[in-house]
Amino acid sequence: MKHSFFKSLFAVTTLSLTLAGFQSCKPKGGQSAAAGDAAAKTYVAPGKYDEFYNIVSGGFSGQMSVYGLPSGRLFRVIPVFSVDPEKGWGYSEETKPMLNTSHGFVPWDDLHHIALSQTKGEHDGRWAFGNANNTPRIARIDMKTFRTAEILEIPNSAGNHSSPFITENSEYVVAGTRFSVPMGDNLDVPINTYKQNFKGTVSFISVDKDNGGMKVAFQIETPGVNYDLARAGKGKSHGWFFFSCYNSERANTLLEVNASQKDKDFILCVNWKKAEEYVKAGKGTKKAVKYAHNVWNEETQSATSTIENEVVVLNAKDNPDIVYYMPCPKSPHGCDTDPTGEYIVGSGKLAAVIPVFSFTKIQQAIANKTFDGDYEGIPVLKYDAVLHGEVQKPGLGPLHTEFDANGNAYTSFFVSSEIVKWNVKDLKVLDRVPTYYSIGHLCVPGGPTVKPHGKYVIAYNKITKDRYLPTGPELTQSAQLYDITGEKMKLLLDFPTIGEPHYAEAIPASLVMPNSKKIYKLEENKHPQAALGEGKARVERKGNEVHVYMTAIRSHFNPDNIEGVKLGDVVYFHVTNLEQDWDVPHGFAIKGADNAELLIMPGETSTLKWKPERAGVYPMYCTDFCSALHQEMQGYIRISPAGSSVPLSFSTGTNMPAAEPAAAPAQK
Amino acid sequence: MKNKLSTTSRILVAFATGALVCAFFLPVWRIDLFAPQYPEGLMMNIWINGLSGDVEIINGLNHYIGMKHISVDMFPEFKFLPYVVGFYMLLGMLVAVTGSRKFLLVYLGLIVIGGALAMYDFYQWGYDYGHNLDPSAAIQVPGFSYQPPLFGHKRLLNFDAYSFPDVGGWVVIGASALAFSIWFYEWYRNRKKVSA
Repeated sequence: MKHSFFKSLFAVTTLSLTLAGFQSCKPKGGQSAAAGDAAAKTYVAPGKYDEFYNIVSGGFSGQMSVYGLPSGRLFRVIPVFSVDPEKGWGYSEETKPMLNTSHGFVPWDDLHHIALSQTKGEHDGRWAFGNANNTPRIARIDMKTFRTAEILEIPNSAGNHSSPFITENSEYVVAGTRFSVPMGDNLDVPINTYKQNFKGTVSFISVDKDNGGMKVAFQIETPGVNYDLARAGKGKSHGWFFFSCYNSERANTLLEVNASQKDKDFILCVNWKKAEEYVKAGKGTKKAVKYAHNVWNEETQSATSTIENEVVVLNAKDNPDIVYYMPCPKSPHGCDTDPTGEYIVGSGKLAAVIPVFSFTKIQQAIANKTFDGDYEGIPVLKYDAVLHGEVQKPGLGPLHTEFDANGNAYTSFFVSSEIVKWNVKDLKVLDRVPTYYSIGHLCVPGGPTVKPHGKYVIAYNKITKDRYLPTGPELTQSAQLYDITGEKMKLLLDFPTIGEPHYAEAIPASLVMPNSKKIYKLEENKHPQAALGEGKARVERKGNEVHVYMTAIRSHFNPDNIEGVKLGDVVYFHVTNLEQDWDVPHGFAIKGADNAELLIMPGETSTLKWKPERAGVYPMYCTDFCSALHQEMQGYIRISPAGSSVPLSFSTGTNMPAAEPAAAPAQK
Repeated sequence: MKNKLSTTSRILVAFATGALVCAFFLPVWRIDLFAPQYPEGLMMNIWINGLSGDVEIINGLNHYIGMKHISVDMFPEFKFLPYVVGFYMLLGMLVAVTGSRKFLLVYLGLIVIGGALAMYDFYQWGYDYGHNLDPSAAIQVPGFSYQPPLFGHKRLLNFDAYSFPDVGGWVVIGASALAFSIWFYEWYRNRKKVSA
């Protein structure tokens, strides 16, 4: 009897355990899932070079970063929109004007996207462009020096997000307003008059084909929607530009709800060749604005900032046949053209499909006026008439698409955290691979060009959670490298990134490496305060300004003893690095200065401004380990009280003035 | 004597009933959510008198699809469930003390009814949450609802949702199963007596 009782108890226990067993079929977190040969595929032996440069946006760091692929090694952080005390960027007198805007000196911004210069639709390795999302600007980085060469502010704009995408011969980079704003004479309007007073613009910034110089060529004024991303047409669609936009509801508050109501928003198709003609024909109006144009002069090694006062604006409504709105499901984000230029992929971030539009059909619809009414006076193309097809059930939260050379597209999915590979022509999903976690942008080397190099796709993720050793609440951001040479995508490598990576491009090292500058030649140094030789080193007083024309060469500064500076003086150290040897920068720092260091490349001159606040003797030294006697590369500057009679003197190697015997320590 | 339970059975009924006290100190049900960006998972524990776990994080995510904000005061069940459990405990004790087979049968019947009602109620709430969505929600997938699973696994957009009893719930299930086992045992014992 007892026996049977225990039998039934046993049965109950078994049942319970079986039920409990259901709980253990939950997913396991933190997969590694790397391909077996991943290590061999990403290993770049010590002393060997990577195959690609990966130029990655720094997001809220405001900078651009340079990695090697496939190793994922970080080589350089290029200061662009944010000050960088390590490199003196925004601290040295020469670089301060680079961060000037119509609002004055702005020390920070948010760099989202990269555009590498192109010739005939292919990378030419000359410049990298980046956008400032907060105070609208575009920067041009010289790929010979990996330094910011120019920063142009964009007038009539806010939230410069759909930028700086580039045309196939680098004719233009663009800027679109993520925030529409009031324009014209009266900017002080109630926010709830958004629909009447707020306008959007897309700006075309011409790029000089020889020196890269940027200029706001023209702006197109449009209804007040939020432009999000953009891509130039290429090949057959060259001459056109496509901008995705959301908030066609034109909401000015609680956009997460109010800008998500309509079933379809738009992609703006711009015939920029025609717009160019209209501008030439004088159809634009000149509007009074204020924006800064900052240019770095490599000869004087200094920046100048000029405030511009005028911009040419074409009103979309008054100039028909330059813009058309193309319906695109649910708040489109990415808007990417395939290598042939025929297909435009829209990624509605809340949409259940990925629509692919056909450039040929767009042209037919325009020719036949197959319109679906208009939006604020701008023709809206009929969705079905311009659609090549939709990718069905691709994933959740499509954001961006890159392409390989074999007709495949790679789309990132934020919500379902994956990359999905699909065929552009037949729209069939071919493969999907998870990312860790919540991918934003992605990059295929040469992906936005007419000839993608393929080989890898890199995911730039928004969340890392458990992927790395934790570092408190603030965790590293990351990129992930996948091999796309086979049918199936294979995860090869995770690597941490600076700031928050948004868009990135990758370019073969062979296009960049041979042009990389090693030193600045002293004979080309036209800096007005350069001391081109130790004989030129000196200290001069101009009123209450003391200018120190200093040289630095292994392993001393000249002068390294300075006296006769008084409180109330402002001291300018113009330090010239006399080295003409590769990889011998010198640094310069002084105790107590409310400033950063200088980091001076061979042949370069940089200026540190210092207003001493206390009398005393202040040490200064070289901060970049330059030689065996780097630690000896140091000096002093004496600051005397205001009204002191200490004469101005300077020296290196001898005491000036000569030491008084009485001051020497007594000897036995 | 025929109508009385054996001493062993009465002790076991008392034990099963006493075990129900766990329902006051342990969560009875749990819902787990996993998504790629939530590898560690999100958990909501349901107690007889409230909720615990990552409720606020879950609410934060749910607002994208227009689900109602989950809070304890919207469930009247949490006010009377402790009394219901208390009632079952009293009834169980009555069975143990009296040793009445009839009471045991009533008790078992009430367990079945109570369990069914609880699951029905749980289903109703899940249905309401999954279907009555804010029409102005940002993410709207046509024809898609987000009713959480009643028991087991279900895929909801990027989330894998799992719904299972929690520790307290397993104790209640175990106690109920024990009560049923006792009845089977008694039935078996009596059947043998008759045949002998």
